Amino acid sequence: MIEGAPEWAPSGLRMATQPQQTTQQASAELSLDTAALLAQEEHGVSIAGRSPWYLAWRRLRRNYVAFAFLFIFVLIVVACSLAPVYAHHVAHTGPDENHVTDTVKIGHKQVPVMGLNTGGHIGVTILGPTWWHADGKFVLGADANGRDVAVRLLYGGITSLKVGIGSALICTFLSVVLALLAGYYRGWVDWVITRFFDLIWAFPVILLAIALGAALAINGIHWNLGLFTVSVSGGNLLIPTLVISYVLIPYIGRPLRGQILSLREKEFVEAAIAQGASPLRIMFGEILPNVASSVLVFFTLIIANNILTEAALSFLGAGVQPPKASWGTLISDGQTRLSTAPWLTLVPGIAIVLTVLSLNIFGDGLRDALDPRAKVRIEH
Amino acid sequence: MLVFLVRRLVGMVLVLIAVSFIVFLIFVIVPGGDPAIRIAGRTANDQNIKNIRHDWGFDRPFYVQYYELMKKAFTNRLFEQTHQGVKVGDQIKQGVPATFSLAIGAATIWLFFSILVGVISAITAGRLSDRLITILALVGISMPVFWLGLLARYFLAEKNTIFPDGEYVPFTQNPAQWFFHLLLPWFVLAVLFIGFYGRVLRGNILDTINEDYVRTARAKGVDPRRVLIKHVLRNSLIPIVTLFGLDFAGVLGGGAILTETVFDLHGVGQYAQQSIRNFDLPPIIGVTLFGAFFIVFFSTVVDFVYAYLDPRIRPT
Amino acid sequence: MAEKLLEVDDLHVHFTTEDGVVRAVDGVSFELERGKVLGIVGESGSGKSVTAMTLLGLTRGVNAKFDGSIEYKGQDLLKLSETELRRFRGNELAMIFQDPMTSLNPVYRVGAQISEAIRTHEDVDKRTARNRAVQLLRQVGIPHPEERVDDFPHQFSGGMRQRAMIAMALANNPDVLIADEPTTALDVTIQAQIIELIGRLKNDFNSSVILITHDLGVVADIADDIAVMYAGRIVEYGAKRQVFYDPQHPYTWGLLGSIPRLDRAKPEKLASIAGAPPSLINLPQGCKFRPRCPHAFSKCTEHPPLQNRVGDSPPHLDRCWLTVEEKRDLRELTIHGEAAA
Repeated sequence: MIEGAPEWAPSGLRMATQPQQTTQQASAELSLDTAALLAQEEHGVSIAGRSPWYLAWRRLRRNYVAFAFLFIFVLIVVACSLAPVYAHHVAHTGPDENHVTDTVKIGHKQVPVMGLNTGGHIGVTILGPTWWHADGKFVLGADANGRDVAVRLLYGGITSLKVGIGSALICTFLSVVLALLAGYYRGWVDWVITRFFDLIWAFPVILLAIALGAALAINGIHWNLGLFTVSVSGGNLLIPTLVISYVLIPYIGRPLRGQILSLREKEFVEAAIAQGASPLRIMFGEILPNVASSVLVFFTLIIANNILTEAALSFLGAGVQPPKASWGTLISDGQTRLSTAPWLTLVPGIAIVLTVLSLNIFGDGLRDALDPRAKVRIEH
Repeated sequence: MLVFLVRRLVGMVLVLIAVSFIVFLIFVIVPGGDPAIRIAGRTANDQNIKNIRHDWGFDRPFYVQYYELMKKAFTNRLFEQTHQGVKVGDQIKQGVPATFSLAIGAATIWLFFSILVGVISAITAGRLSDRLITILALVGISMPVFWLGLLARYFLAEKNTIFPDGEYVPFTQNPAQWFFHLLLPWFVLAVLFIGFYGRVLRGNILDTINEDYVRTARAKGVDPRRVLIKHVLRNSLIPIVTLFGLDFAGVLGGGAILTETVFDLHGVGQYAQQSIRNFDLPPIIGVTLFGAFFIVFFSTVVDFVYAYLDPRIRPT
Repeated sequence: MAEKLLEVDDLHVHFTTEDGVVRAVDGVSFELERGKVLGIVGESGSGKSVTAMTLLGLTRGVNAKFDGSIEYKGQDLLKLSETELRRFRGNELAMIFQDPMTSLNPVYRVGAQISEAIRTHEDVDKRTARNRAVQLLRQVGIPHPEERVDDFPHQFSGGMRQRAMIAMALANNPDVLIADEPTTALDVTIQAQIIELIGRLKNDFNSSVILITHDLGVVADIADDIAVMYAGRIVEYGAKRQVFYDPQHPYTWGLLGSIPRLDRAKPEKLASIAGAPPSLINLPQGCKFRPRCPHAFSKCTEHPPLQNRVGDSPPHLDRCWLTVEEKRDLRELTIHGEAAA
């Protein structure tokens, strides 16, 4: 989200609120199927009776591209979760183990992991990707500390995914709750919550994330609350997770609140109130299901965005702290050796791009399927 | 109209105050523990900590601490911890030309190309050019900007010296070099925004095309190019203005930390990043306030521009 | 003999969608003479709006297929290119739409939008166009037009916006004004005003009008002829008097019966037409109204042609197999329910 997508809105996220109409064809005259839409509406009367979820599922099913990328994402998650398995059985090493003085058998030769340079440049030559020639060791090469890049990539993936998905969960949860409260109770509750959104929105979010991340990373959190103390050390993953999670709350919260406000006026809510349903029931039983599709799309895209944010924060030193591996720290590790060991930078970057891209494409497809004419817009 | 103006300005000031308080909270209160140790950072020793505690008012109530912090920030008496005696305010001022150059140049590029890409993509919706643009845009927004920057710098400036290798050359020193040194950073920064804005614009255009008033325009016999520009584009661009204003403000306020760092531009953003590496809090506080000011200011500007563009929200 | 302006012959409009081919208009024919008002009445899904928009070529697109002909002053509009057709739009053939709130561009002043209509077809300068716009606003009954011409659409009330739209449509003295549900989005009291306005302007501008609505009450006033549409076809077509006083099709009876009447004894229930309009992709065999018709019988599985069964002059056409006597008997029951029986 830091520059990776414009500051103020995570890449796919603002787009989550705009429909993307890839199914429309344009004639030279820019005439799109207004009439076809009209006719479809008129005939749509006859397909009433099928639930919107079923129709959405049908539309999604036809979107092979979206499914393909969902599959890729799942594959990535599974691969990363199997990091310990890979480390143990395939690479025979851990993410933090140095092999600076080791050699590896490739073909018939014994190649050093960190070899001294001969000729031209002073320094060491780090072992590049072995692509399975070395029995599963250093498949993607070694890094400046002699560690197995492939192993670190997978472990780093766990971290990045944990932070990304964790923060997305927290963010979505908070946004939904706040939006529900604001939309349902309206009045002063709404006023307070909107001011809260405004405040986060008005803040230089990227700076805040970095600042907060940095401030907390240095010493962690230590609260002495009399009865008990809350102590979170600087290296704990919880810190970047929490920092990243609040950042996007206004992006989701505001459009959701708008949607909920208009839903609030509808008759079924009035009916529920008249029936004596409790506010909690109305919020979670009546209103929430109606915004569920938006929430689902947002959630997918927030994960994508947060993974990018975590990478950026970690790269700057304000996120995941070394020696813990995350894709961001891996890139940071590799940047000084771009000329001699480009794979150190390329590999984690490609991993990020693939993961985020998959989520973005699937999120798009999801949005198209759930509400092809979605009109939830980012409000100012 | 005047009332609207005054109200917005007052609102702006209030938000700035709130923001400054939040900055205070984040750095001093939220992490708990001993703020003096935190501020001392790397240079923490008993003497230093005691000085800080006194100087920043940590031995007094929190509102005094807030006041002390604000006083330091606004009278340019925030000092770095890593280099004693160096004022944060001065350092920020030094970084401003680079940051502003980066921001304005990149913003111009991304605005221009976004409109181009968005319009082409929308007009040819569903066809090859649209699909191609969509794929590129999606890949563009899925890339970490610093990664793209690293690769761009390495492959285009280090290995093959097509472009100058980072660093910022002041305009007053050498306009041509100023331009060449900024080209690569401009495009790296712009690429990601283009991907995003292009898609948003495309979505807006496709929506607007289906609006009733566009149908009316066509029914009047207005020629298609005019319909596109005067009716469709004019309305599609309005939401973009809001987003653009805030993004621009963000980058102006040092938000392009990553690009600045990767290309060694020594702007405000990079200054913040270095301070993070050094665990030096005062500069981070300073830059955060600096950035916040821009965002809030531009947010108000955007409000006015928006009201100008969309008569519906003008105060009557 | 009045001049024949528009002649639609066996018009078909089909859209290819992801669910199948939508046969929005399936064989529609009618005529429009100068100075006359044709009311096209039908529910949502009857194809009335698509018919109207097709007259101006607004339904053209990659997924649309057309058949039949639309003759206007000797030219078949369906065969014209987009560029040629554009000369007619807003000029000799003008259209106003249902929702005046969204039919005007919110960011431009009303006067500017009317001027745009004028300057698209005539080479006049801005000042002249603006003066004409003020004139037009006055003609449609907007008070203080010299000031209001510079207002934005959101500063107009709903009724006034619709008047402005009418002004815009009449800017170039069209021969044919097509009004697509012009009153549906308006309050009842305003509805009457707008209809009355259209009627008056028709005379002032010597235009013909095609008035499209789902509400028979709306056409009762100013229509000369009425065409009742159902499932993409015309099921009854005749002069107003004929259709109102001697309706021949059960669907028309349903429409008439569903209008609450003050001058009759109150029926037990307000008569309504059971069921829902058919899917335009999977149309029923034979008579399209059969599934909902209380009087359907064996012959209805055969598609009924549009014929002048009642033998009236001018022709009063309908698409129902029932004999004229059967119709007259069943009609009372359907329209007035049990109360009149």
